[in-house]
Amino acid sequence: MPITLQVNGTSRTLDVPAEMPLLWALRDELDLKGTKFGCGISRCGACTVHVNGVAQRSCTMPLSRAAGAEVTTIEGLSPDGMHVVQQAWEELDVAQCGYCQAGQIMAAASLLARNAKPTDADIDSAMNTNVCRCATYLRIRQAIHRAADIRNSMVTPATGGSANKNGSPDAR
Amino acid sequence: MRAETPTMTTRDDAPALDTVAAAVTRRDFLRVSALAGGGILLASYARPLDAIERLGLPDAALADPTLSAYVRITPDGLVTITAKNPEIGQGIKTMLPMLIAEELDVEWANVRVEQADLDSTRYPSQIAGGSTATPINWLPMRRIGAAGRAMLVSAAAARWDVPANSLDTDKGVVYHRASNRSATYGELASAAASVVPPELASIPLKHPSQFRIIGTRVKTVDSHRIVTGKPLFGIDVTVPGMHYATFVKCPVFGGKVRSANLDAIKAMPGITHAFVVDGLITTPVQGLASGVAIVGKNWWLTQQARKQLAVMWDEGETAQQSSAGFSAKATALFAQQPHRSIRKDGDVTAALAGAATVITAEYRYPFIAHAPLEPQNCTAHVTNGRCEIWTNSQTPEGGRGLVARTLGIDPTQITVHMVRAGGGFGRRLYNDYMAEAAWIAKEAGVPVKLLWTREDDMQHDFYRPGGFHAFKGGLDIDGTLVAFHNHFVSYGEGERFAPSADIGRTEFPAGFVPNLSFDASVMPLGVPTGALRAPRSNALSFAFQGFIDELAIAGGKDPLQFRLDLLNSEMTSATEAGGSPQQRAAGFDAERMRGVLEQLRDVSGWGTGALPKGTGRGVAFYFSHRGYFAEVVQATVSQAGEVKVDKVWAVGDVGSEIINPNHAEQQVQGAVLDGFGQAFGQEITFTGGKTDQGNFHNFPLLRMRQSAPVEVHWRKTAFAPTGIGEPAMPPALPALINAIYMATGKRVRTLPLSNVDLKWA
Repeated sequence: MPITLQVNGTSRTLDVPAEMPLLWALRDELDLKGTKFGCGISRCGACTVHVNGVAQRSCTMPLSRAAGAEVTTIEGLSPDGMHVVQQAWEELDVAQCGYCQAGQIMAAASLLARNAKPTDADIDSAMNTNVCRCATYLRIRQAIHRAADIRNSMVTPATGGSANKNGSPDAR
Repeated sequence: MRAETPTMTTRDDAPALDTVAAAVTRRDFLRVSALAGGGILLASYARPLDAIERLGLPDAALADPTLSAYVRITPDGLVTITAKNPEIGQGIKTMLPMLIAEELDVEWANVRVEQADLDSTRYPSQIAGGSTATPINWLPMRRIGAAGRAMLVSAAAARWDVPANSLDTDKGVVYHRASNRSATYGELASAAASVVPPELASIPLKHPSQFRIIGTRVKTVDSHRIVTGKPLFGIDVTVPGMHYATFVKCPVFGGKVRSANLDAIKAMPGITHAFVVDGLITTPVQGLASGVAIVGKNWWLTQQARKQLAVMWDEGETAQQSSAGFSAKATALFAQQPHRSIRKDGDVTAALAGAATVITAEYRYPFIAHAPLEPQNCTAHVTNGRCEIWTNSQTPEGGRGLVARTLGIDPTQITVHMVRAGGGFGRRLYNDYMAEAAWIAKEAGVPVKLLWTREDDMQHDFYRPGGFHAFKGGLDIDGTLVAFHNHFVSYGEGERFAPSADIGRTEFPAGFVPNLSFDASVMPLGVPTGALRAPRSNALSFAFQGFIDELAIAGGKDPLQFRLDLLNSEMTSATEAGGSPQQRAAGFDAERMRGVLEQLRDVSGWGTGALPKGTGRGVAFYFSHRGYFAEVVQATVSQAGEVKVDKVWAVGDVGSEIINPNHAEQQVQGAVLDGFGQAFGQEITFTGGKTDQGNFHNFPLLRMRQSAPVEVHWRKTAFAPTGIGEPAMPPALPALINAIYMATGKRVRTLPLSNVDLKWA
């Protein structure tokens, strides 16, 4: 029984088992490799996508539950890679290995969509289930604040490594 | 910068690549060729250095300049630099090209970076391990850039008929100030291709005061591709006609397949192949394991088939091993004479008998998994005795050798593409997944992407080995350490420790205490072990820096001052004048470590200001992988026993330059937090020779709420720069343990903290 859903604004029909997780439909059927596999049990967040605008774990969501839904992946978050979260991530150079970052970015974008000016506590609460094995958490938190600032048009100079939430004084 | 070009000749014709190579008989030489469409291609070829192929290379090998890289300059001035090493998140794909660009004297904004494939004829030491890339490549990469610059200068000199030493360069332009002439590198590139390359070993390099790229905060070259979800990682590789594979190994390490219901599996939807792999496993466990391969059109379908798989296993001897058994055996071994002595200075027995205070303690730490977030995977295509393989291995050359042995083909028949890794941490030093992918692709006769589940990854790791330490320490009436004894119970057979389960002669405080003995006993282990970020050090630092804290407190000393005093008491009798650190009584330069500790005392405000009850500060230092690090952790423990790290101060000495402070800071912060992740809840246990844990619900990774600000400071010294991926990690965990003691009065001697009652009232 084919299943139809909107993926990054395009209608896609898939003839695969209905219980196939959305993650594998995206990666191996639609060739959208930006969404990552980390645990398969919704414990790491690497597979985070937006389903009808809300951050969801795609590794445990059967495709049938996404039928008719609007799914947004990292590839579709913005047309040009310039979503405020992506801008902030690049500006602060958040990634180390980068593997979890698509999931982090999708979770952060979902947070900012419902909370324009999150506090540290808001960020910790929203992001605590997204694991970064390289532990880039300090920059993730900083980049979410920065993304909020960009969106709120309070464009202040990037703080880089100055003595702030990142912890380190800038050496230069 | 001012040109200090060595004497060079130019030639009228652009020689073929081989002609230039033949004309240069030195061991170190560059090869030059003209690019089709104009431009210069600069490559250095080198005899592979066996010494640098290995981890734990001797310092003498580090200065050897016979290493290589590519530079490509096109007429439009765009500079393409090849990054030769595996990128696992440490930033090497950005850093090595920075070194070349610096000496080439180009603008970083005009540089494009390309990842190299494995090619040991051009690029020695394509390895991510042991924090070796910086010390190995610091001079050779710069020399490549300097040689390219010299050739461009030489081309300009010939064009203008002026001496090369009357020219200078700046941001990709050659200037003759006297005649007010200039030419861009792009304009000169074609002519430079016909310049006979200079000798690399004697090429002049910039004075550090002239650096414009080194020492600046350069961003990850793949940053945009990462934030836009481009296919970068091993798991993202797709090749035409590719099938997906699941490989099911025996849950007991070293076990073998007796039989499996292959016909039922082959009949499952989407499955194209199912077969038994006999395996070529060696002892200790390494290489192609025995198992069942399931190949299909979609990886998830192979996983569905796996649920129906029924295998009769021959579990083998390791089924008799368990964590409970290891623990009981360790207790028994502590009660016996140690198997052997590792080091013996002075007379520990007599010194303990005469000590004013003697304390004893037993420390235990668990096995842990690497758990890189990208599970192991590999894509391979085997046809007509040839293999093409895509891997995120940290040791792609070792992987090629393993694949060659596994398939019985020559390494020259294997093409290895190096793909970004979603974390390494040492797991991808081992190439079992490469052997599996190659074998399955050969058997299936189609290109195959092998992907492990998280459970496969966690249950078939080369674990950081657990260990057991019995300590005795003796203090004199002034609280000075006069005797130190360690009995290390580890894993291995006879004289051989299991991989990464060893201890060195120079483990601190060796060399700083007149009466010291290290003994060791081992028990057999069928579980594979290996290097995890800062191997050995990540575990030994917990036990040794924890017990040293106990000694400081037993002697009524400030823990940081006690360490400084110890570092001031280096034994001189065994120190040979002019000897290398390896020949000295201690394993490192005590002066550098004192400098780091003193700076840490200052920047952390150690010993100043009162802390509330339940909050404490701990300190630890550690030398590993040529780096000197000391860290202070401030932690708060609730009365219910919940630990929260408030803040960390880290001071590191990795030499004269912090090449990319942006990534160096990240590595320190990540390494420190990695240590906390291990401390809080990470433990791998075994029952019946099988791993008990399988995923992040029972092997928790550090989360955002558990992270804390890490303030990073550098102490720059006159020494050549060394690596940063590992050395910041070892002090973090013991500094936390020592902070918990100050907060609660409870001394943690076993890990992880989730097993320790830290409640206080």
